[in-house]
Amino acid sequence: MIPAAFDYEAPATVEEALGILSSAGDREVKLLAGGQSLLPVLRLRMAAPELVVDLGRIPELRGVRDDGDAVVIGAMTTHDDVTREPLVRQHALLLAEAARTVADPQVRHRGTFGGSLAHADPAGDMPAPALALDAEMVLAGPSGRRTVPAEEFFQDLLTTALNENELLAEIRVPKHTGWGAHYEKFNRVAQAWSIVAVAAAVRVEAGVIAQAKVALTNMGVVPIRAHRVEQALVGREANAEAIRDAAGLAADGTSPMSDGNADEDYRRHLATVLTGRAVLAAAGV
Amino acid sequence: MGTRRISVVVDGVRYDDDVEPRTLLVHYLRERLGKTGTVVGCDTSNCGACTVHLDGRSVKSCSVLAVQADGGEVTTIEGLAGPDGELHPVQRAFHENHALQCGFCTPGMIMQVIDLLNDHPDPTEAEAREGIEGNLCRCTGYQNIVRAIQAAAEAGAAPATSAPAQPTPAGGAA
Amino acid sequence: MTAVDETTTTEREFGKARRRKEDARLITGRTRWTDNITLPGMLHLAMVRSPLAHARVTAVDASAARRSPGVIGVWSGPELPGSAVGMPCAWPITPDMKSPTHPAIAQDTVRFAGEIVAVVAARSAAEARDAVDLVQVEYEQLPVVLDMEAALAEGAPLVHPDLGTNENATWIFDSAAAGSGGDVEEAIRAARDDPDGIVIERRYRQQRLIPAFMEPRSIVMDPTGEQLTLWSSTQVPHFVRIFMALVTGTPESKIRVIAPDVGGGFGGKLQFTPEEVVTFLVGRRLRKPVKYTETRTESMLAGHQGRDQIQKLTLTARRDGTVTGLKVELLCDMGAYLGLVTPGIPILGAFMYNAIYKFPAYKFVCTNVFTNTTWTDAYRGAGRPEATFAIERLMDTLAAELGRDPLELREQNWIKHDEFPFTTVATMVYDSGNYEAATTRAKQLFGYDELRREQAERRARQDPVQLGIGVSTFTEMCGLAPSRVLGALSYVGGGWENAHVRMLPTGKVEVVTGTSPHGQGHETAWSQIVADKLGVPFEDVEVLHGDTAISVRGLDTYGSRSLPVGGIALAMAADKVVEKAKVIAAHLLEANADDLEFSGGSFTVRGTDKGVPIQQVAFAAFDAHNLPDGVEPGIDADATYDPVNFSFPHGTHLCAVEVDTETGRPTIRKYVCVDDVGRALNPLIVEGQVHGGVTQGIAQALFEEARHDEVGTLTTATFVDYLVPSAPDLPTYTTERTETPSTDNQLGVKGVGEAGTIASTPAVVNAVVDALRPWGVDDIEMPLTPQRVWRAVQGGGVEATTIQDGEA
Repeated sequence: MIPAAFDYEAPATVEEALGILSSAGDREVKLLAGGQSLLPVLRLRMAAPELVVDLGRIPELRGVRDDGDAVVIGAMTTHDDVTREPLVRQHALLLAEAARTVADPQVRHRGTFGGSLAHADPAGDMPAPALALDAEMVLAGPSGRRTVPAEEFFQDLLTTALNENELLAEIRVPKHTGWGAHYEKFNRVAQAWSIVAVAAAVRVEAGVIAQAKVALTNMGVVPIRAHRVEQALVGREANAEAIRDAAGLAADGTSPMSDGNADEDYRRHLATVLTGRAVLAAAGV
Repeated sequence: MGTRRISVVVDGVRYDDDVEPRTLLVHYLRERLGKTGTVVGCDTSNCGACTVHLDGRSVKSCSVLAVQADGGEVTTIEGLAGPDGELHPVQRAFHENHALQCGFCTPGMIMQVIDLLNDHPDPTEAEAREGIEGNLCRCTGYQNIVRAIQAAAEAGAAPATSAPAQPTPAGGAA
Repeated sequence: MTAVDETTTTEREFGKARRRKEDARLITGRTRWTDNITLPGMLHLAMVRSPLAHARVTAVDASAARRSPGVIGVWSGPELPGSAVGMPCAWPITPDMKSPTHPAIAQDTVRFAGEIVAVVAARSAAEARDAVDLVQVEYEQLPVVLDMEAALAEGAPLVHPDLGTNENATWIFDSAAAGSGGDVEEAIRAARDDPDGIVIERRYRQQRLIPAFMEPRSIVMDPTGEQLTLWSSTQVPHFVRIFMALVTGTPESKIRVIAPDVGGGFGGKLQFTPEEVVTFLVGRRLRKPVKYTETRTESMLAGHQGRDQIQKLTLTARRDGTVTGLKVELLCDMGAYLGLVTPGIPILGAFMYNAIYKFPAYKFVCTNVFTNTTWTDAYRGAGRPEATFAIERLMDTLAAELGRDPLELREQNWIKHDEFPFTTVATMVYDSGNYEAATTRAKQLFGYDELRREQAERRARQDPVQLGIGVSTFTEMCGLAPSRVLGALSYVGGGWENAHVRMLPTGKVEVVTGTSPHGQGHETAWSQIVADKLGVPFEDVEVLHGDTAISVRGLDTYGSRSLPVGGIALAMAADKVVEKAKVIAAHLLEANADDLEFSGGSFTVRGTDKGVPIQQVAFAAFDAHNLPDGVEPGIDADATYDPVNFSFPHGTHLCAVEVDTETGRPTIRKYVCVDDVGRALNPLIVEGQVHGGVTQGIAQALFEEARHDEVGTLTTATFVDYLVPSAPDLPTYTTERTETPSTDNQLGVKGVGEAGTIASTPAVVNAVVDALRPWGVDDIEMPLTPQRVWRAVQGGGVEATTIQDGEA
């Protein structure tokens, strides 16, 4: 319950933070965002970093701004703010819907969008919606900023494209104004992590699905985009039969784990059922 | 691995202390300040027993470092009652509705309910239940806690002393 | 029920929904949990625990830990004198029971993952924890045995090689031998031979559960002063004192045990623990106050767990629905060691499988087994939930076999209200009950017939969301316990309870109870009893408990005993106070004691307006200026009550579950319970106990399970993996009561603490199975996870449990 001792830095700017990372040498460093995943890990001593760099005192990492065709969300914006922020609700509703389901209210008050993405837990709720909306991660490093699409950002279990001397600064989310969105989460109790969850956003025109974006949580070590479902949906009438039909393809190309909560085959089955429900809800059917 | 100086206002009193960076806010509150009304129930931030308010929002004080609270304002269960001991409407609602048994989860539960009512002044039953999803209680089955939430909502933001006694709703044992 | 906070001395307190006195400190954070206690120079302990389930400890190198900042000492088992003495088991259920030694710290072998290997003392909790990481322990792995059936097989690895077997004991009750019924083997033969007979054989698994009280256990030991003082978050301070004396050799009179505010127990704190012994030994050795507070993970790993039985059941009946016999064969997992009452837990269920039904023949055979898992012991209900689950599942199964309504079939077989007192096939004498009344009311509240109609409609239209209705018409035995019965069952100890009532010179009343509440609200409820008895205001009664220096005699709180045993002791003590006071009052009034009436707190001379309030009598008894000859000053009184019988609450619980056949998720839509716990002293507290109890039973049915991997590591050692439900996972319950007073005690009360837990589990499982009967589903193993339910829908069968339909 008591973390191992560590040194602590709380930089005031991104530049200062990057400086600390560069000069850390061989020391094991952990970046502290909202701390809602990191602190339990430290308390259980599943990790014992020598240096913790707290990003919580860098104002430029917080907040949401309109940037033309995209909404830009600071990495340190809390889940609670993502849920409420009008710009997000208007242009990237799926993120708000998913953020609403993260853990519990207290955790959402502290936990951050960027922290959740950088942690890249396969059962985490924010990676799949970010992937579905073709978000781009803006990484700040010693030689400036680079942009990595979500599809390339999530690389493996708890592993992202972030280098050790980089931090996730902000997330650019293309505007999906007027899209319906739903995050269908399936867990055993309200507190539990998702067994499987489905992030779906659709644009319906005159009763026909014009565009569809679907991504899956916990159906592999990284979030998975259900491209075949999306293709099968586009051009179909937004009705239950068509949607369920397309959702049947949801488990294609996935590689879910078996664990104490669910076996692989059950997860595959759930993916199809939940995809149907997510798209139905997103389409307002 | 030295200490760092922090300055926090807890229940209206300002404290300046040197703390190890690894010190959790809950341990700082309990061990340094003697705010033992706030308790620790788990290692994984599931139980919510340690819930306090930090800068006006509910947080699990086991998942916040004391250094993160530097410059902040903390309210614990011990800072709710008025100067003459008059109870906060939520405290009173918990008592009136038998929303506690062993009482170990109660401080965190009350702090979370206050946050919930700030967001949803008149929560539906589902909103009330979801609002406390991060707080475990092993004694009450939550039913009387939900009643207390709804009773406190009905009492509104009225001064603590004006919360009326709520008759137990239908379906009661008698 | 209405809120009552007004103070009147004439209105009876009994039956009032009094708001609790305890709340004032609990809602303001003005509490004294053990972990809140800090003493000058106090040291902090941390435990080094085995990560392996079975291993020889070949070396413990604590040199680096001893050099770590703030560390005062580190001791392995062989290094801490006294730690080899075995922890006690108070219930040797058979003369030849195998009892292993359970050292407080492992001496050379660890037998479950989580067992204490060494203890660190340091100036701060953080430094103690840091040093734990520096203790190097070398283990030589030994083969593990985790499964009860594997443990009993020839050649299985032995948890305790010195015992020569993994079988702890086999305990048998046979109604033919007891003379309370027929021969069940004969009943089974008859049912098989008779074309009109039915034999139902089932195998159910009671998964292992973790009590998961919210306050982790904490112990503070203060060796300064004449008595060594131990604060512990325990249900049983009196037990702890006795056993600490026996285990450590410190005279009992030199030990004071205090259970301050205790954050829940549910049987999980009905224990005398290695942690208490280690803390005591280290404090005694260092002559410094020490504290040990477990983490949640330690609590889950090393606190005792509950349930874990395999039940093989045979029920026989005739085609007309009449039950003719019941045979129960159990395997019960003790874990690696025996706790205070571990082997007796299934025996507490032995007398309850026949439940409310008139079985003419009954046999119970229980085999206890050691495995390399955390020890098991009491958890809310302790043996009786398992029994109730088995019989209530079987009754639903029989109804399904016969195409009968499950409630109507039960009624055919249950004891009618005019048949009490009723001596059962298991030799229990049920004093009172009214199963018809509770069931009738429950059906009304539930809308039973409407829900059955809706169920039929959903089935007809093949709705993906099916509806199931589950029934549980339970009874249980609690109010532990008549001492003579405990003696007959070889339990080491009695079942009485003590109370002391003293009137202070100022007219206030102090009550000392031997019960040890940890959430039950005794301070409120006991005040109500005494206020009625003495005619004093509720507010004038102060209840003291949980400190062996104050409550000198007591047997603590568990087994739904506090009111039906401790409450009666209190009522008796209060009666004695009135009797003593009456003599003095008569003297003061210059009247004959036989002419006095006592009412509303005053003694009056019958037929006159002469009277004296009891407070004035109390002062007269204090100043002793004018007492009758031979009368001692003071009107205090003490009473000890040994119950004449167990307590048999009952009730009807009805549960409607919607099952999403596409995902397998079961969702409780409606839960109605009508409980009969005799007369309700405080309906508010009764209702709260029912809510919490029902919730824990639902949690067994749907959510919770302690699981080990193949090498014996507990994989559910945090709340991330051990799924205690939170508010959105549960429905709103409809609770009501019928009142059939107990005829065995002066207040007419019965126990309530465990009833909800005992009743609800089968109601939920019966409902899910009922929803899926059209798929041929007959059972689903607990907890009913969505995956298990989905597989049942897919395969029409049961995952992991073999079911045979034994219909002849």
